[in-house]
Amino acid sequence: MRGLFAFLAGSLFGTGLLISGMTDTTKVQGWLDVFGNWDPTLAFVMGGAILPMLVAWQLTRNRTPVVGGHFPAPPHTELDRRLVVGSVLFGVGWGLAGLCPGPAMASLSYGGIGGVVFMIAMIAGMLAAPKLGAQLDRMANAA
Amino acid sequence: MNVDWLWGAAGGLLIGLGAAVYLLCNGRIMGASGILGGLLQRSDRSAMTERLAFVTGLIGMPFLLRPLIAPQTQTHLTGDLAIVILAGLLVGVGTRIANGCTSGHGVCGISRFSLRGIVATVFYILAGGLTVALFRHAMGVI
Repeated sequence: MRGLFAFLAGSLFGTGLLISGMTDTTKVQGWLDVFGNWDPTLAFVMGGAILPMLVAWQLTRNRTPVVGGHFPAPPHTELDRRLVVGSVLFGVGWGLAGLCPGPAMASLSYGGIGGVVFMIAMIAGMLAAPKLGAQLDRMANAA
Repeated sequence: MNVDWLWGAAGGLLIGLGAAVYLLCNGRIMGASGILGGLLQRSDRSAMTERLAFVTGLIGMPFLLRPLIAPQTQTHLTGDLAIVILAGLLVGVGTRIANGCTSGHGVCGISRFSLRGIVATVFYILAGGLTVALFRHAMGVI
């Protein structure tokens, strides 16, 4: 059952990314481009996606997931160097190409060779992340 | 009339619905970078099947539906492969170090008023906006 629900979730996610225009890098970069011809679409996508999740988080109260087990623990509240540095690195890459991990995967079948190259580079980055994260911690401790 | 915002909102609702299914049925947070990163690191073996199923739907459904509902959709990704590789590396490293991306920190984090999700979102949007301003308007390379 877990696999079936996950496939359904991934399918909804991919379909939403396709029709929202978020696999089109010009729309994503257009939203980030406040000094150019600003494109508001991404804000509507974000707002539309947050609405069902506002309801979903309410529904997790005093319940358990359909397949059993537990819902995620309440979010951590401490802010650390990893969160900020990682998000800045991600943001620079996001701005450069206009792709983040979800749309990179959703557009893999029609993104051409560039999309495949981006995906391979992203995977390489993900594999390197644990070592770079540990390096970041050492620099934080040394400082 | 430009109806891009309407398609954006409709697509956004589907994205949120997917996140709600993953949360309410499987009890997990739908984060694209976490799911792909988890697959790569082979952490938590019990989650491998659902991660693989999720990625299959995420890649497979747009492949099946695009010719039917959005044949005009293209990625318009830059042809400059040096930029593509640099961007891919940064997105991969950054999302794993920050433990989340636009879906995990953005959609799932903000909707439960997570401070970490909100802070991450503010930083990657600021960094993305400054990057476009610098590389497009100041340097003219993207």
